[in-house]
Amino acid sequence: MELPDWNPGPPGLYLHIPFCRKKCGYCSFYSIETLADLPAILAALPKEMVLYGGKFARFDTLYIGGGTPSLLDPAALGNLFAAIDRSFPFSPDREVTIEVNPSDIDPVYLSALRMFGVNRLNIGVQSFDDRILSFLGRRHNGAQARTAVLAAQEAGFDNLGVDLIYGIPGQELSSWIDTLAAALSLDIAHLSCYQLTLDQGTPLRGSLVKTDALLPSEGLQRAFFMETSELLEAAGYIHYEVSNFARGPQRVSRHNSKYWNHSPYLGLGPSAHSFQGGRRWWNQRSVGRYIAQLEAGCDPVDSSEELTLEQLRLEALFLGLRTGRGIRLADFSSRFQCSLLEEKKETIEKLAEEGLVVVEQGTIRPTRAGLAVADGMASLLYM
Amino acid sequence: MEHIRNFSIIAHIDHGKSTLADRLIQYTGVCTDRNFQEQILDNMDIERERGITIKSQAISLPYRDRNGQDYILNLIDTPGHVDFSYEVSRSLASCEGVLLIIDAAQGVQAQTLANLYLAMEHNLEIIPVINKIDLPSADVPRVIEQIETELGLDPESHLTCSAKEGIGIEEILEAIVERIPAPRGDVSAPLAALIFDAHYDAFRGTVIHCRIFAGSVKSGDVIRFLYNGTAYKVEEVGHFLLSRQKREKLSAGEVGYLIAGLKTVSDVRTGDTITLDDRPCDGPLPGFKDVKPVVFASIYPIASDDYEDLAVSLEKFKLNDSSFIYEKDSSVALGQGFRCGFLGLLHLEVVQERLEREYDLSIILSVPSVRYRFTLKDGTAVEVDNPTHYPDPASIVISEEPYIRGAMMMPERYLGSVMKLCMEKRGINSVLHYPSPGRAELTYEMPLAEVIFDFYDRFKSVTQGYGSFDYDLIDYRASNLVLLDILVNGEKVDALSQIVHRERSRARGLQACERLKEEIPRQLFKIAIQGVIGGEIISRTTISPFRKDVTAKCYGGDITRKRKLLEKQKKGKKRMKMIGAVSIPQSAFLAVLKSDSS
Repeated sequence: MELPDWNPGPPGLYLHIPFCRKKCGYCSFYSIETLADLPAILAALPKEMVLYGGKFARFDTLYIGGGTPSLLDPAALGNLFAAIDRSFPFSPDREVTIEVNPSDIDPVYLSALRMFGVNRLNIGVQSFDDRILSFLGRRHNGAQARTAVLAAQEAGFDNLGVDLIYGIPGQELSSWIDTLAAALSLDIAHLSCYQLTLDQGTPLRGSLVKTDALLPSEGLQRAFFMETSELLEAAGYIHYEVSNFARGPQRVSRHNSKYWNHSPYLGLGPSAHSFQGGRRWWNQRSVGRYIAQLEAGCDPVDSSEELTLEQLRLEALFLGLRTGRGIRLADFSSRFQCSLLEEKKETIEKLAEEGLVVVEQGTIRPTRAGLAVADGMASLLYM
Repeated sequence: MEHIRNFSIIAHIDHGKSTLADRLIQYTGVCTDRNFQEQILDNMDIERERGITIKSQAISLPYRDRNGQDYILNLIDTPGHVDFSYEVSRSLASCEGVLLIIDAAQGVQAQTLANLYLAMEHNLEIIPVINKIDLPSADVPRVIEQIETELGLDPESHLTCSAKEGIGIEEILEAIVERIPAPRGDVSAPLAALIFDAHYDAFRGTVIHCRIFAGSVKSGDVIRFLYNGTAYKVEEVGHFLLSRQKREKLSAGEVGYLIAGLKTVSDVRTGDTITLDDRPCDGPLPGFKDVKPVVFASIYPIASDDYEDLAVSLEKFKLNDSSFIYEKDSSVALGQGFRCGFLGLLHLEVVQERLEREYDLSIILSVPSVRYRFTLKDGTAVEVDNPTHYPDPASIVISEEPYIRGAMMMPERYLGSVMKLCMEKRGINSVLHYPSPGRAELTYEMPLAEVIFDFYDRFKSVTQGYGSFDYDLIDYRASNLVLLDILVNGEKVDALSQIVHRERSRARGLQACERLKEEIPRQLFKIAIQGVIGGEIISRTTISPFRKDVTAKCYGGDITRKRKLLEKQKKGKKRMKMIGAVSIPQSAFLAVLKSDSS
């Protein structure tokens, strides 16, 4: 049978704004606290855009992340959007997301965002519990978070995402459920619920090691995960990726889905990653070097990798198993010339028997319990 | 001959044997600093890492003493583990004296004693050398006292040195010349040469390491091996310097090599006597034993595609290790492989490590076994060293297992715990002697199966390293044996089967389950491990699955990192064998035999 060619879909554009007023102890994304280089970055980004003119198909998403992009004043943002529109073609129904800090947004700022065509906001709320917010080193408190959400909705951002964190040392399940309940009461379109991880080199990791504070046990981590999924699905959300929940298919983050679907994406700014046609590349992490390269008329790419079919296959496995829709077997076959179902028949049957995956309608998709062990499943299917 | 000295260096592990050897080599100018490679004698990676010498080595050192007289000092290095005690005894038989190294900070230790006893058995001149005197923690007066009280040697006889700093090296060389007797032997008598080792050279075939006790040998001579009477024409003889140095002939008293067109090292036997075909000596030199493998295990490639590579590697490996034997074998669980015989568990581990390192193979070893003997109803007798060939229990009339006589030396204070250990290991007919005040010599008859598995390590541990142990096979004795199978998720893993004594079977079954539980990492599924004898489940344990492992974030920058992690895991998995959906690490197969998680 002739299989239809797998279609990776249109590309997405990402812009990284690597500045924060104050860096959070748990965050491992690249950002710096001094804003001195902000003007230079804003001057450098359009130069980087020029380098990619004509190299990508029409984009259907734009995502401005960081860092804290809401540090940019409306004038700076306006210039940035203008530069983007000069450099790249977009489909008319594009999804435009910007990450904002609850303490940065007021009705004036929000209306400016609307004016620039931003149609999706992602607010870094993290928690509605003041003690947890202060433990995480956030600038805002619970009341400000609530106000920010209401203000965004008031401003017409119905496609609104909120980030939350669970599994803080000493946190009980009930405290997390209170936070979820607070979020549910605000009727938010999209929720990202991340389990706290202690990435290498983060200040939080250092201080926790010093004080011997412990992350929750595996059993408790699982309870957080399962409970979150059950509760939110019961409230009408789709658990469409390990940490992401959307109120209906229209509210799924179109941009972030590109990372999990192997769709092409172009990342601009320091440390941003790009992917196209089996090649992945990433920019200089350091703001200074990024600026210097572009000022010298050079490409700010730090390094790149050309993925073999085997590597793409591995990525497709672990990325697909992170998503609620799972892996489409026909896509997998046409991309990698192998039938996952036949090659790993015994393992997949066993996974299904254990209630970790469901094989139906031409897909293998993880169940809730399966999502909790998506990494282990990928590893098992890869070995 | 009066200007030759043949000696060995013996020491407890890490007391500085190899460093001193290096220093002697440097001092005598055999090699310059430029081509000096640290610890020349321990030339296999694995030897350096484990701090033990596995193969004997020899080197001839030219030395001009203080009076201007030139000497040849032959240093013969010896292996240091009970698996290789026969090889050690042949090396020591080639010497007239030894340097007994004692660490100035640690003092007399177990192997110091064990080695001393060996040297005494061979009537060798013993020169105690206190090493590492440069250490801040060195306590030379205490060690001198120990030389008298614990070793029973003349405390005046000691030397001091720091091999690391090069202090006292000349005094050691002088003492070798003055105190170790020159070899004796009649140059005009018929040739009698002792083989103490052999190695394989890709261009020349087998290179025999030997000590000439009488007569002489030169290229063109036809030699005969007394063990099997085969004759070969000598192509080349010479001395070991850093490389082989061809000489016209080797004569009584000398140590050197001999090349005679032998294809593999298996064509020669360590301890055999070489003589001349047309003028043979009266009889063999004393002490020869035909050493046979006593531990058997199957080797399987982890990836079945590697079978051919494994076959080729074993063939090459065998060229240089005469005590290793192998033949084809197959397992239901692990596929095509080879059944192999080893001198002991250490030998087995060394072979495994060398196959992995030098031949880049990922292999699994089945649970090791000794060779059992069964008499069946139809009168036939079968020898079984592979539990998968265990006869139908209904057909067995008599089961027998090999017994050994183990000889143990230790300070008196450890006697109680050693006796307890020996009884635990089904030891019988004990005999106790006190060769000197405070020192006990204990012999026990024990089943070999109990001794090779875990006995030596536990003996070392209960005697805190102060005991020495050696054993000889004595006979086969009737024993109530059963086959213990291991099921993983209901599937029999034949490579984990063991033949065990019925009385011990429950304990062994429990132990196997516990060890496997420790060795097999938690996986996505529950893993049930069962010990089964004749269809009856005698032990069981389960490994609960992990139920949360997914990382929270996976965006642009995380994907490459995650993929690399999985790729790395897969490399690690090369040391795992998938049985059904369960990956069992290589280490699990050997761990089954260890009695406690030390």
